[in-house]
Amino acid sequence: MSKYLLDKFLYTVDRDPDLVERYRQDPRGTVEWWEAERAGVILNCHGHERSTWHAFTDSEREALATHDYVTLFELGAHNFLLLTLFIALFERDYAEPLGFQREFAARLSHWSLPYPDIST
Amino acid sequence: MATVAAVIASTHHPFYYKASTSSGPDRPPFADEWVAKIKAFRETLTKARADVLVMVGSDHFHQLWLDNMPQFLIGKAPYYDANFYNEEREFGLPRMFLRGDEDLSAYLLRQGIDAGFDLAFSNELRIDHSITCPLITLRPETDLPIVPVYTNIFAPPLPQPSRFVELGRTIRRLVESWPSDKRVAIIGTGHLSLELGGPRQFGPHGPDPEFDRKAVSWIASGDLESALAEVSLDSLWLPGNATHGFMDFMLMMGVAGDNAKADYADSLDLFHTMEAYFTWYPEGER
Repeated sequence: MSKYLLDKFLYTVDRDPDLVERYRQDPRGTVEWWEAERAGVILNCHGHERSTWHAFTDSEREALATHDYVTLFELGAHNFLLLTLFIALFERDYAEPLGFQREFAARLSHWSLPYPDIST
Repeated sequence: MATVAAVIASTHHPFYYKASTSSGPDRPPFADEWVAKIKAFRETLTKARADVLVMVGSDHFHQLWLDNMPQFLIGKAPYYDANFYNEEREFGLPRMFLRGDEDLSAYLLRQGIDAGFDLAFSNELRIDHSITCPLITLRPETDLPIVPVYTNIFAPPLPQPSRFVELGRTIRRLVESWPSDKRVAIIGTGHLSLELGGPRQFGPHGPDPEFDRKAVSWIASGDLESALAEVSLDSLWLPGNATHGFMDFMLMMGVAGDNAKADYADSLDLFHTMEAYFTWYPEGER
């Protein structure tokens, strides 16, 4: 269970226009590259001073690699990070305004409170 | 001593800028009513003749991140750049550049720490839409210096609601004791019931209209006793998974004072959220 790392992936991809496109086009390759090269980068530290202990679980890696936002929600990824990045990835594919956002909600409609814990 | 010229609390809807500046088929049907309400709300700040703005909001995982997350933070910088790439992308917000008031920042930090709040600070803070949205609605000229105050309503563990209220009371007291002849407006934005990234998001109205009705009543009447009795960190999940932003409204109720009736209150039921706008004039109604 590495909710912090899931959130770190969503956060660092969402803020980088090139990474957003790369993740849209090649999710599995982007996740593998990110876990190997970026997962340990401490955002305010020199590249040589990186964390050495981060790894996704298999289910986390697979959910990211398949753009499976329902499973990411269920794994406790932060709801705001999840929504913001996935809007950037897929809103453009829907003709109706808010079409993607409403499908996102519908695909989670089997959930009632309490939602999965987002605490890190 | 400084004068609190106005206390203002509102929601911060990031779609307002795009809705209000769009035209033709891109202009949503509710835009004209929304713009009219905002113009009336803007007048409440204009009338207060403020010299400086204390702006309470919350960073949405932009500069503040889980490796180093402050609960309450005050910016102390001469200038602030504002808005981020993902806010341009999703909301069409413009890049903005704001002046700071370092003297008031320093005063609130020193006195706030001495009053029992171990405030974090930032000397290089990029501001996001929780503060730029109310500037766009209330002071689009962005000609007044600001002091940004950020709260954590986003990343558990969060401070208790009572702590937000107490910080609001403290900010009010400190501004009133600031050795300056300036007129200060204290402005804060939060949320009513709101769901983001969950099954109740983007419905025809806010996820919990009953909570919204009660919340608007608490704010308009300054009923901190009821708000504090009914609201807890656990209960705020019920109206929607992003409703902890209501604690910034509670902070502003603390600024306004116990049982302080708002001099101006308005609301607008939009798709997926209720918008709400409140102004208090501590010197008396203008």
